[in-house]
Amino acid sequence: MTTRFDVNGKPVEVTVEPRMTLADCLRHVLRLTGTHVGCEHGVCGACTVLVDGAAVRSCLMLAVQADGRQVTTVEGLSNDDDLTPLQKSFRKHHALQCGFCTPGMITTAHALLTEEPDCDADRVREVLSGNICRCTGYISIVEAVLDARSAYRKPGGGAA
Amino acid sequence: MRNSFVGAAVERREDLRFLRGRGEYVDDLAPRGLLHAVILRSAVAHGRLRAIDFSAALEIPGVHAVITAKDMPGGPPIIPMRLQPLPDFKPYEQPVIAADKVRYVGEPVAVVLADSPAIAEDALEAITVDIEALPAVTTRAAATKGDSLLFGPNSGNVALTFRAACGDAAAAFERAPYRRRESFRTQRHFGLTMEPRGLLAEWDAARGILRVFGAAKVLFFNRRILAKQIGLPEDAIDMVENDVGGGFGARGEFYPEDFLIPFAARHIGRPVKWIEDRRENLMAMNHAREAEAEIEIACARDGTILGLRGHTYTDMGAYMRTNGAVGSRNVAQFMSGPYRIPNIDVDVTLFMTNKTPVGTYRGPGRFETDFFRERLFDMVAKDLGIDRVDFRRRNLVAESEMPYAIATINPFESKDQFDSGDYQITLDRCLTEFGWDEKSKLQGRLIDGRYHGIALGCFIEGGAAGPKESARLALNGDGSVTVYMGSSAVGQGVETVFAQIAADALEIPMDRIREVLHGSTAHVSDGYGAYHSRSVVMGGSALLDAAEKFRSAIRIAAANRLGCDAAAVKLGEETVSGPDGRSLKLAELAGISAEGAFLNKKHTYTYGAHAAHVTVDPKTGRVQVIDYVAVEDVGRIINPKTLKGQVIGSLVQGLGGAFMEHLVYDDQGQLLTGSLMDYLLPTASDFPNLRSVTLEMKPSPINPLGAKGAGEGGIIAAGGVMANAVANALGSLGVEPRELPLSPPRVWALVNAAK
Repeated sequence: MTTRFDVNGKPVEVTVEPRMTLADCLRHVLRLTGTHVGCEHGVCGACTVLVDGAAVRSCLMLAVQADGRQVTTVEGLSNDDDLTPLQKSFRKHHALQCGFCTPGMITTAHALLTEEPDCDADRVREVLSGNICRCTGYISIVEAVLDARSAYRKPGGGAA
Repeated sequence: MRNSFVGAAVERREDLRFLRGRGEYVDDLAPRGLLHAVILRSAVAHGRLRAIDFSAALEIPGVHAVITAKDMPGGPPIIPMRLQPLPDFKPYEQPVIAADKVRYVGEPVAVVLADSPAIAEDALEAITVDIEALPAVTTRAAATKGDSLLFGPNSGNVALTFRAACGDAAAAFERAPYRRRESFRTQRHFGLTMEPRGLLAEWDAARGILRVFGAAKVLFFNRRILAKQIGLPEDAIDMVENDVGGGFGARGEFYPEDFLIPFAARHIGRPVKWIEDRRENLMAMNHAREAEAEIEIACARDGTILGLRGHTYTDMGAYMRTNGAVGSRNVAQFMSGPYRIPNIDVDVTLFMTNKTPVGTYRGPGRFETDFFRERLFDMVAKDLGIDRVDFRRRNLVAESEMPYAIATINPFESKDQFDSGDYQITLDRCLTEFGWDEKSKLQGRLIDGRYHGIALGCFIEGGAAGPKESARLALNGDGSVTVYMGSSAVGQGVETVFAQIAADALEIPMDRIREVLHGSTAHVSDGYGAYHSRSVVMGGSALLDAAEKFRSAIRIAAANRLGCDAAAVKLGEETVSGPDGRSLKLAELAGISAEGAFLNKKHTYTYGAHAAHVTVDPKTGRVQVIDYVAVEDVGRIINPKTLKGQVIGSLVQGLGGAFMEHLVYDDQGQLLTGSLMDYLLPTASDFPNLRSVTLEMKPSPINPLGAKGAGEGGIIAAGGVMANAVANALGSLGVEPRELPLSPPRVWALVNAAK
């Protein structure tokens, strides 16, 4: 099937089997390998991407279901010049070790902070509990997300 | 050596690629002409493999080949053991693919090569495997009874019994005024990595070179095995380390796929990639930790421990894998932990069952045996009416006794000794940080429907396995330096810590270290990899040796150019100068390279103490960790940030083992926990209240850095401390947990049984 959607702001057109997941399409057809696949059954969260701004398990969504939507991956939340404030905060707090869960953590945290830049630690833990990290023990990840909140706040309050 | 970077909380180099999705893990590679491998695994735990019919699979468009044992002339190669390769284990080693018998659910039976993983998986459905089922052996009782033998009449289901001994246990027990005998059990769980395993192999027929990507942990050793099995000289094989999504002892050992995928690539003449899926991972990666103990302790009335004896048993699963005996050995040898126990006689029996074979998981054997010991200690302290802190304090090995010899293991190995330490320091610090005296007031109290319990435990963590590590430094055209290491990365941040050590050893800024390349066999002449918390001690010390040789090589080359004595050459950050003031840019000496090594057969022993406060809800059995403090002395800290990451990360894994993680089998040998919905891992909301303190009080005397291996300290004590905290919370009910995990149903059952 041919399907068209936007990835990281650019339109793409792919012809894929209907059974191909969005994760596999991003990784192996579009070669955006920042999105990782850790369980293929929606538990680990490594494959989390943003679809129309919402955090979505790309292993539980078919590529053809992305038709007409805006997909954002970790590559789309990055730039060449420098780390983003969220990424800098992850680095500062040592919120990653092997790096495999990290893209899912970044996309999930970005979606949370965009919606709720004033969230508290409990809320961060609640939202991140859908993403498994085996290395860090999570404490540093929670600290990193909390520390990045200011970058998502609009001057004068509310979400940027 | 300068001390500008070692000891500083330097931000990691690795993060710049990982945070932007630019890491390169093995599944990110896609060379032209790639075929995908999927492995057909036995669905039967124990049986005779009678026939495999894959003719229908070959009809499917896009399927290129199906490989079975029949494609291997002389039968499938056997995977040798890497550690403790005793002759007794030989009959139990694993063939790379089942030929006539299957012995666990998940054992490779055939390999399908196709244009895509999806087509290969379709093909699996079209393969018929005829297996005559035999009775599955899933328990120690069934294994030792021996009605069903996994390896035929010549080899029983017991592979070996190790014995840890010192002093005269029998005499000590005879005259002891107090003894207590107990039984404990830990559950099967494992070092699940977030990135499942994967390999990509390319056979360059024209040059006779085999390249294997996705190799990890012990690449040089694995190359030696593969070279023998596949009939190539070692230097015709390149093992390439890509980014690795977690190790924890389990990833990077030589598994069946480490032969099958390179073999497939050579067989078909095209690159072949295999990526494990999570269900496969749960049934194919090394399991660990399934152990039982029937042990007895002897003490004087004042709480001085006189002796420890008994029997322990470890379920090895279906085969003896590369490092399968390590955990068992450790259960026996390290049962005494950091304590002075003069008379020991503890054996460990390794028995075979129709389950996934075991290997190491971070803190192998130590997590299990610390649970046995610390649980027993709390029971003893209660019996003797001695404070649990005082009981431990009285029996900790004293600094004046260092180096302290521990129980010897027979057969094969091994004498071992603690290198240095003042074990009272970490205990005191832990109690202070935790606020032990204040929190003790809550012990056993029922507040708002929850019982409060506090507990502590002391531990040691072995590190720095020998025999050797290598490092090489090379001067680049721009005057920067590239570091090549025989150590390998499993996510622990070696690029950063080695850059710190190299920059200080060379007395240059860290940004002059252009790259730290590690793991792959092309980088150094020999390497021993990442296990037993060895990278900093072994690799770091090799790096110091390389730096000295490198600086000397620069001096000699500069002396030639400057017409002076090498000893008179002064090394600067970007230039070298002679006594007459003439100087050269370092860049002009580009091409200089020096390799160094560190040889060492002694182990380092990090030591520490953990204390924790939990609540237990008697209505649901749920345990909550209110506070947890881990204190350890690692001799010398290279990077406090990454070290803390190791402590907290391993602690949460230990809490997973204490409360959640459990690989469950039924009596037919079927794995019941084949997904992450069934195999529970800690998440961000489970253990928010953890603290760690790392000290550098007593440097290790056995390496030039003074460092001690420090990747496993968090996990080792966790099971025992948590079980004691639960026991203490429920002390008024008389609850004594003797088995992990302390899942809500188990704790609830204990509460109800006690009522």
